[in-house]
Amino acid sequence: MIINFLFAAIKAGTPLLFGTTGEIMTQKTGNLNLGVEGMMFMGAFMSFFVAYHSDSLVLALLAAFAIGVFAALIYAVLTVSFMANQNVTGLTLTIFGTGFAKFFGAMMIDEAGGSPKLSGKFLKAVSEKAIPVLGDIPVVGKLLFSHNPLVYLAVAIAILCTLYLLKTRSGLNMRAVGENPGAADAAGINVTLTKYLHILVGGGICGLGGAYLSLINGGGIWNNSSVVNGQGWISVALVIFASWNPAKAIIGSLVFGAFSVLQFYVPKNIIEVPNAFYVMLPFLITTFVLIITSMRKSKEGSQPAGCGVNYFREER
Amino acid sequence: MFKKLLSFALVLMMVLSLTACKGQSATSGTATTGTGNTEDAATGGDAQEPSADATGVLAPVAKEDLKVGVIHIGDPADGAGYTFAHDQGIVEMQKAVGLSDNQIIRKNNVNDADALAIRTAIEECLEEGCQIIFGTSWGYMDTMEQLAAEYPEVVFSHCSGYKSNGTNFNNYFGRIYQARYLAGIAAGLKTQSDKIGFVAAMGKDNSEVTGGINAFAMGIESVNPDAKVYVKVTNSWFDPTLEQQAAESLLDMGCDVIGQHADTTAPQLAAEARGVWGCGYNSDMTKDAPAAHLTAPVWHWGAYYTSAVQSVIDGTWTGENYFGGMEEGLVAISPLSENVAEGTAEAINAAELKILGGFKVFEGDIVDNEGNQICTEGNFLSDGDITGKMNWYYKNVVVQ
Repeated sequence: MIINFLFAAIKAGTPLLFGTTGEIMTQKTGNLNLGVEGMMFMGAFMSFFVAYHSDSLVLALLAAFAIGVFAALIYAVLTVSFMANQNVTGLTLTIFGTGFAKFFGAMMIDEAGGSPKLSGKFLKAVSEKAIPVLGDIPVVGKLLFSHNPLVYLAVAIAILCTLYLLKTRSGLNMRAVGENPGAADAAGINVTLTKYLHILVGGGICGLGGAYLSLINGGGIWNNSSVVNGQGWISVALVIFASWNPAKAIIGSLVFGAFSVLQFYVPKNIIEVPNAFYVMLPFLITTFVLIITSMRKSKEGSQPAGCGVNYFREER
Repeated sequence: MFKKLLSFALVLMMVLSLTACKGQSATSGTATTGTGNTEDAATGGDAQEPSADATGVLAPVAKEDLKVGVIHIGDPADGAGYTFAHDQGIVEMQKAVGLSDNQIIRKNNVNDADALAIRTAIEECLEEGCQIIFGTSWGYMDTMEQLAAEYPEVVFSHCSGYKSNGTNFNNYFGRIYQARYLAGIAAGLKTQSDKIGFVAAMGKDNSEVTGGINAFAMGIESVNPDAKVYVKVTNSWFDPTLEQQAAESLLDMGCDVIGQHADTTAPQLAAEARGVWGCGYNSDMTKDAPAAHLTAPVWHWGAYYTSAVQSVIDGTWTGENYFGGMEEGLVAISPLSENVAEGTAEAINAAELKILGGFKVFEGDIVDNEGNQICTEGNFLSDGDITGKMNWYYKNVVVQ
């Protein structure tokens, strides 16, 4: 029972992990992108569209990444080059992305004459499979080695991003840009290029989160109404929960995933709590985390100092 | 620091307000009946369909001059689910009555929590010259009632509510529980673990959902007295992710047939992914989950739409409420798939004949899962009890 619950939690938390990792990459370079929901929506549509027509998981993921990069490019051009307000631009991107996916999603439904469904072959490729040998270990085998391929991809990306941020020269440069772009500029780092690069990569990773939602969570059927359904916003909140560290985001997304499926695994005949309580829980936890982190005031686990403020060289 | 806190607060606020909206639309988007499906709806139960020889309350309308308005909560283009099923009914009516495309005015995606949007949509239909307007969602009820008073020469027909004025404003719904009983037979014969899961959109307080579960459970019991029905509630009429998660938690418990009162195909797809079976809802989901689906209770709204529009043309519209069932062809089960167990077709045919012969499903000795006697031998539940007081689970239903 507990194992099944944790397994479901991992499955539910993975799209959040993509979104959170992408947003951390963006925020660490000094830009607050509230467009995660929109980028995920675009990624969800694009990957589904490509998977529907090509039956290829690799192409579908590439498409999701590419459309995420494209969406982030809109954001980057507006905020980095044209100094538009980051919050407003991000919100606009959310609205744009949602509309984009629904518009083309409706066209796809029209074309298919009903809800389009991915082929059995494709669904088999993304289904949950136990890794040989490792998957046979009791408990651990089911929990760690019996997932769909995208779960491993999400964890791998989160770990790679952590290593990149903390252990590489360019990761250091990027954090410097996020903390104090003026100083970084003076040190000879190309602020604009650094920002562009990481915003785009972050957007691509968010797009992959969308791919997870439409390819795995939707059960292989496109519906126009509630593909992403707020997961992008939860991802933005999770960034704070993870204190801007992708490795911690793995834990954070697991916790949030667990809360989202908790209502189905708590035995109702033993503990009876209204469902609304379970829906509220993740946000309650975020509030507590916010309070605790703001009390702790540690330099490391807080938002990059330059985050949310556009860097204009002439104003130094 | 203040700025940062402010932006956090803003983010949090947006997240929270988003969930607030989500919650709201989940309840207001009550595409099917809400909780208040009370006795008034049931009085319609005795009424059945307007009889052909009755004299109507409105003058006849020439078929060529007739225009029909339809207010949908969703978009028929979704290809499956609630709005799609209603629109198929409209298409069927159009063919049966013989109307041209421009005689049907559709208003799609009309938010049923937004009185102004509802009024605007209906008034646009009126300007086009509609003589009969169907509103398919619960939340349209009050606005339709007001407009029915303002336009006494136009017929307003509302699905799933409980209000009516006896002349130009009625409501219509159906005995879907009869079809659920039949689907229960297919599920009861198929299960090997004797555990059948049910993904329910709403909890015990919703008579429509609960009645469906009870009828499903009674159908199961009629062929498999050992089987239990396990219920998980999503609290949303339409949420593929939640429905999938609920179905998976049921599958984790060992259920090998998944029934549902939810709008999407997600529960059936989850069953298919695990190599087990399920019974869908609203439309034939065999096309969506061919390896898993057994049969689904489905609506044939066309049966009502055709008779209602014809009565307006003939001038025989009486304004009576409509609560049709299998006899009227309003509800049925979709064709059995090849996944059903041996002998299912015979068992279902026999039960179907029994229902058409007067078996009321909710009759005889009924005990709920807390041991309360709901109905005794020789009695049956009234339509009011079925539509408004079904707040108990049948004895083989387990909530855990």
